[in-house]
Amino acid sequence: MTATTLGGHEPPHTHHGMPASASAAGPAPKRIIIAYGFWLFLLSDIVMFSAFFATFAVLGKATAGGPTGAELFDARNVAVETALLLFSSFSCGMMSLAMDARHRGTFYLGAAITFILGLGFLVLEMREFADMVARGATADRSAFLSGFFTLVGCHGAHVAVGLLWLAVMVAQVADKGWRATVLHRLMCFSLFWHALDIIWVALFTIVYLMGAR
Amino acid sequence: MADTTQEHTHGGDTAPGDSREELLSSLKAYVIGLALAIILTATSFWAAGTHVLWQPGVPIGLAVLAVAQMGVHLVFFLHITTGPDNTNNVLALAFGVLIVFLVVAGSLWIMANLSANMMPLEMMDLHHQR
Repeated sequence: MTATTLGGHEPPHTHHGMPASASAAGPAPKRIIIAYGFWLFLLSDIVMFSAFFATFAVLGKATAGGPTGAELFDARNVAVETALLLFSSFSCGMMSLAMDARHRGTFYLGAAITFILGLGFLVLEMREFADMVARGATADRSAFLSGFFTLVGCHGAHVAVGLLWLAVMVAQVADKGWRATVLHRLMCFSLFWHALDIIWVALFTIVYLMGAR
Repeated sequence: MADTTQEHTHGGDTAPGDSREELLSSLKAYVIGLALAIILTATSFWAAGTHVLWQPGVPIGLAVLAVAQMGVHLVFFLHITTGPDNTNNVLALAFGVLIVFLVVAGSLWIMANLSANMMPLEMMDLHHQR
């Protein structure tokens, strides 16, 4: 795989010998096409989340005499979780910039910070779940809690998968260097990680802030 | 950018014009995005916890803040812009938003209608006891 097949900087008429009239700028660079495909996946993931959000919104008040959101949710814990995820999204952005500059040291630092913040988020969430279960607020207690654990747990599972993916990407950069395929995967990872933060914005607003009222 | 090893030789996959200025302006975008996101998040948490505001209006305010923050994330972190490279991404996003709206609003509407037309629980219990 050479740079010429990916760059997209070369004048269109030299590309595969095609006439310049085929398209104004020639075929889109591979980077753009891959980002588009992954963006479609992310949107389908968001549509799946929307079904969980709809379920939670419908069942939010169906507590069946069990604990309500106002009794269970700890605003301080949610604020810390939100901050951890937001800063990890930012450090993920710094990681992509380090990748653009081909600066390994900064890249590893950004990846480590992103991983630690994401792991911190996950630990806090697991502690919250464990605390709720210990107080008898399990997923089978009420329709509200079923909806809660499905929605928040699904987001948490995505974060866990993201952490695994990040670890694999760091190993690939260490092993293979800045190969085109590695760069594409890293770009997809950062899109994934930012999208998780967007879902969390909807989640903390609807579940924790509105749900505790 | 001190590592001038072989890594620079196959760097044909970078975004166009990866100069120092380009990196600095990207960095600026991330910092602006982070600052806006922090302000919007802090406002959300404050509005949810305070009693200063008119209470029935708070959920609407929270929804507006959340939508604004999602917009900030899309523009400054995911780089969904109005550029020519982004037309397809924006169209796909518009379609995704439509589906999300249909799923969420449709579910709420149907289920609210259903529960409004349902027999009250007490009457249902009496029904079963007979």
